[in-house]
Amino acid sequence: MKLRIIAVLLGCIGVMAYSCQSDEKIEYMRYYSAGQELYKTHCQNCHGGDGEGLAALIPPLTDAAYLKEHRSQLACYVKNGLKLPILVNGKAYNGQMPPATLAPVEIAQVLTYVQNSFGNKAGIHNIEQVNAELSKCE
Amino acid sequence: MKLFNISILGLLLLAACSNNQSAEKTLPIYGEREPVTKTVNGKTVTDTVYQTIPDFKFVNQYDSEITAKSLDNNIYVADFFFTSCPSICPVMHRNMLNVYQEFKNTPDVKILSHTIDPSHDSVAVLKKYADNLGISGNSWWFLQAPKETTYKLAESYLVTVAEDKNAAGGLVHAGYFILVDKQKRIRGTYDGTKPEDTQKLIADIKTLQAEYKNNKTT
Repeated sequence: MKLRIIAVLLGCIGVMAYSCQSDEKIEYMRYYSAGQELYKTHCQNCHGGDGEGLAALIPPLTDAAYLKEHRSQLACYVKNGLKLPILVNGKAYNGQMPPATLAPVEIAQVLTYVQNSFGNKAGIHNIEQVNAELSKCE
Repeated sequence: MKLFNISILGLLLLAACSNNQSAEKTLPIYGEREPVTKTVNGKTVTDTVYQTIPDFKFVNQYDSEITAKSLDNNIYVADFFFTSCPSICPVMHRNMLNVYQEFKNTPDVKILSHTIDPSHDSVAVLKKYADNLGISGNSWWFLQAPKETTYKLAESYLVTVAEDKNAAGGLVHAGYFILVDKQKRIRGTYDGTKPEDTQKLIADIKTLQAEYKNNKTT
């Protein structure tokens, strides 16, 4: 009986803690989990389940410095593909990435997932940012 | 007491059975087969003739000619891909890399990847692809031949390859890995896009190696 009361109390605390999460945090979680599913369908074949890439053919997604430096161009890379040789983790990759058929909000979600997985921690990349960035694609 | 003895005996027998099974585990033989009756020394003998991979001629990433003869006395795994493939090829070769790592120092196990887009995948392109994948030596060959040759050969591996403008990259193909034994018979097919199927392939290659070791006449 005593155990049950404790369990119910703990449950209540859990619910309270959850509802105390800030709106931003919930928004981030939504982006992240939707992005995770999109990643599996559109990115994982090439970039791998752990963002490890494939030998010297396909770059990994683990270079936090690269992602930070190119943050404002990432949306365009996903939308239009990427042809230029790029330097990731100090290694050159010369292949090309095909364009992905994703809506802007999906691009925002998958970018949020990638930038907060595989050792990255860059926070949310929301739809407003993505829309602004897409309007400036070269 | 007597009952106890019998049950012990039963257990021992069971154990013996399961041991035997694992020691003599063999892989199935796929494809068509037909019985052939011939007369040997006045006696009528019926033999089974299995479907085998027909002779072929390709060029590998080192610009050397590779024929069916180059694979005599080899177990090999075959697949079909193209270097600019945006869909299943990267995941296939991520999985095949595990097979390569496992057997790269085993001289009688080879991997053959046939390009189905020879107009783009020249020998130089294949060499670069192999280099970028980290492949050296002669255990994994990337093979090039005229399109018709490769497509025709794919049929004998029970694999479909075709052009399709609607498919990603303009070509459709099933991502199968096909295991071929030293008699050029198909002994297994695996979904190359699945890591667990690739683990089964590695286990099956070992089973096949054991088969040859235990029974030299097979």
